Amino acid sequence: MAIIITVVVLLVVVTGVQILKIAELRAISQGEKIYEVTEKESKSQAYLLLMFLVYYFGFFAWQVYQWGDKMLPVSASEHGVGIDSLMTVTMSFIIPVFIITHILLFWFAFKYSYSSKRKATFFSHSNKLEMIWTIIPSLALTVLILYGLSNWNKIMTPVAENEEHVLIELVGQQFSWGARYAGEDGKLGRANVNYIEGTNFIGIDASDANSNDDVVVKGEFHLPVNVPVQFVMRSNDVMHSAFMPHFRAQMNCVPGLKTQFNFVPTITTKEMKEITGNEDFEYILLCNKICGAAHYNMQMNIVVESKEDYEKWIASQKTFAAK
Amino acid sequence: MSTHHHHQEDFLFKYIFSTDHKMIAKQFMITGFIMGFIGMIMSTLFRLQLGWPGESFWLIDTLMGSWAENGVMAPDKYLSLVTMHGTIMVFFLLTAGLSGTFSNLLIPLQIGARDMASGFLNMLSYWFFFLSSIIMLISLGVEGGAASAGWTIYPPLSALPQAIPGSGLGMTLWLVAMSIFIVSSLLGSLNYIVTILNLRTKGMSMTRLPLTIWAFLLTAIIGVLSFPVLLAAALLLVFDRSFGTSFYLSDIYIGGQVLEHTGGSPILFEHLFWFLGHPEVYIVLLPALGITSEIISTMSRKPIFGYRAMIGSMMAIAFLSFLVWGHHMFVTGMNPFLGAVFTFTTLLIAIPSAVKVFNYLTTLWKGNIIYSPAALFSIGLVSTFISGGVTGLVLGDSALDINVHDTYFVIGHFHIVMGLSAVFGMYAGVYHWFPKMFGRMMNNKLGNLHFWVTIVSTYGVFFPMHFLGLAGVPRRYYTNSEFPLFDNLVDINELISMFAIIAALGQLLFLFNFLYSALRGPKAPKNPWRANSLEWTTPVEHIHGNWYGDIPEVHRWPYDYSKVDENGDYVGGEDFIPQTTPLGENENDGGH
Repeated sequence: MAIIITVVVLLVVVTGVQILKIAELRAISQGEKIYEVTEKESKSQAYLLLMFLVYYFGFFAWQVYQWGDKMLPVSASEHGVGIDSLMTVTMSFIIPVFIITHILLFWFAFKYSYSSKRKATFFSHSNKLEMIWTIIPSLALTVLILYGLSNWNKIMTPVAENEEHVLIELVGQQFSWGARYAGEDGKLGRANVNYIEGTNFIGIDASDANSNDDVVVKGEFHLPVNVPVQFVMRSNDVMHSAFMPHFRAQMNCVPGLKTQFNFVPTITTKEMKEITGNEDFEYILLCNKICGAAHYNMQMNIVVESKEDYEKWIASQKTFAAK
Repeated sequence: MSTHHHHQEDFLFKYIFSTDHKMIAKQFMITGFIMGFIGMIMSTLFRLQLGWPGESFWLIDTLMGSWAENGVMAPDKYLSLVTMHGTIMVFFLLTAGLSGTFSNLLIPLQIGARDMASGFLNMLSYWFFFLSSIIMLISLGVEGGAASAGWTIYPPLSALPQAIPGSGLGMTLWLVAMSIFIVSSLLGSLNYIVTILNLRTKGMSMTRLPLTIWAFLLTAIIGVLSFPVLLAAALLLVFDRSFGTSFYLSDIYIGGQVLEHTGGSPILFEHLFWFLGHPEVYIVLLPALGITSEIISTMSRKPIFGYRAMIGSMMAIAFLSFLVWGHHMFVTGMNPFLGAVFTFTTLLIAIPSAVKVFNYLTTLWKGNIIYSPAALFSIGLVSTFISGGVTGLVLGDSALDINVHDTYFVIGHFHIVMGLSAVFGMYAGVYHWFPKMFGRMMNNKLGNLHFWVTIVSTYGVFFPMHFLGLAGVPRRYYTNSEFPLFDNLVDINELISMFAIIAALGQLLFLFNFLYSALRGPKAPKNPWRANSLEWTTPVEHIHGNWYGDIPEVHRWPYDYSKVDENGDYVGGEDFIPQTTPLGENENDGGH
């Protein structure tokens, strides 16, 4: 194999050299300078640039047509609807900008390709134009920034203590997730890597009374629909990131630091199966911060169900003290 | 001096330990290209894995040996490849290879100086870079493999060999190589700044400098202010790894035991890293923008539109680049108020960027554009700068970033806006100034073909990645096949990988053209592109000191193309007026 490839490469190189030499000799014999770009050559490149514009837009449209329905389904969380509409607003700003500037770019590139009969216009500056394209983007950006930040502030505000909510701690470790529910008292018991032992893989301090009713699960965790969920994230070893794309939710898990995120799930797993038309649909939590060799396979299923079903499920789980 | 004696020291000091900026530029370029090709081959290898996960490939088997049993790479070696690909491309190709080549070549030639302020420091800068490259390449072959924590080397993953084998000796060598690289970069940057400020020829005021020089100056200033912070970050990481300190480490249970480290925070590392990391984007981008400003003006036979606005926007970008690093950390648990501030500063960068784009467009408008390969690549850069730039408004918005952070949307965005733009700028520069480097011309037809293959295939690689990102696919995944969620995206990954192979093969056209032209290309005339700036007044053959006799005096800005008098005739009879031509009566400087 290696020999064949070497021979082929050598042949290609030798052929290339010969072709270039012949082209050069031909040019010299006709009195041309081989490196000079002729008007005709410039024109043909200009046509190619115009064709490229059409191709590029075509490629873009083809991708939207081909893959548009493979994107994430509608947001399954309350704040996610806001993010999606912010995305729509942003896209409906940037796609026209992309299209218009590309049309200008390639149209000018085509139209003003070299002609010996024409002179370029000496036009070196215009403060008025500079003002226009400073101010218009500034105004558009002001809208995007204000809209974006109002969303951001809402998303980042933790669930109020006195509001009905579920408190869950997500703990990442190479290469699996654990979820801990605060239980009846609504309080998570103390936890630290120093308490990790045997099945107590997330390091709960058994001497803390708050930990007795905590519920730890692996592989799958459940959420009640339409109830705010307050997440606290931790990591036992390296950095991980708890990414729940269907809920437009993501937060890093940092060793030595507790981070948090909250959302209100609005669509149950069963409903989402119908929306997506996919019988096997599952919500998923995946790791989105490089964390080691098996980073690509660090996942946990999420089940969103009615409040009654959720309460049945959580009651069937063993508490930390009972284990 | 006797010629005989001169001859003996010749080879070693002319080609190896040269202090001549033109030779050092070529050394940077060739080393950068070699590194770039290695980085590209790495990307081809991991694209094979991503396009057809788990399939055996002869190429992977041959190049990766025992790290790819039966031609299928191991998951942690996949991470080694992406880490080294990123490191090599960002630092070795697009920082040293791009800025090192063109700052060295063009600064003395375009400002009218005999050489850099310190030829010796300049030589040291190259040799530190060379040493750094060698160490980085050696790290590919050590036990445990090369660094595998991503090019951002976030601890604790990069700090603990227990976490991934590449964080052993491979990571140590990465840190050593990068520290040496930073020394090289600082020596080079200081030299560029001093040279530009002090060695300009008579008449070369700051507002008569070509935009290339402005770009190199601002790049060097950004480098001097930000690279030392990465050095500090790297040194603290060395301490954590080897001397038991806890700058970045706390509460870690790994390999069945709790580590002693306590009290540190990985977030500190992220702040330090991105304080360089984001300005680094502009270290990569600004030289490319400077190069294409120059080429677009020259090849469209028109002055660059809004010269002062171009300088102002580059200054604004350079300044803002220091205030936006937090947008890489929106979801690290950083205070949400800080996130809001960083969103604001990040989106502000869109304004000077928009000014630049519109100035490029207006420069082309009513021009008379000659399509050399350099001109094509410059048009390509404007396209990639727009295509990749607009998606920055998505990622820079903290609320939107939540769901696309660390997904393929990011990969698509920065490969287009930073990777492609910088690579296109670099290719444009090589095609344009090749005659200044080698005294020969490159083949235009091959150059054009290279451009078309490159732009079609690279957009084919990076544009579809936005769709993967919107479907929720995380970056740095060895395979997407473990999630039923991603099963319907297989064809996108295959398409990307096919385009990646075409793109890699397309670069062989450039390699061939480059080598052939350097050795056998037609001899270059003194000023092949009929350009105004000073480098085209130097003799074709390379001489120490750049000009025979006195350094020419400069009388005007460099963009007097197609200037006409009241009768509509070209001033001076040609469509260009070199900077050395004195101003005529009633003629104003700077396009006024």
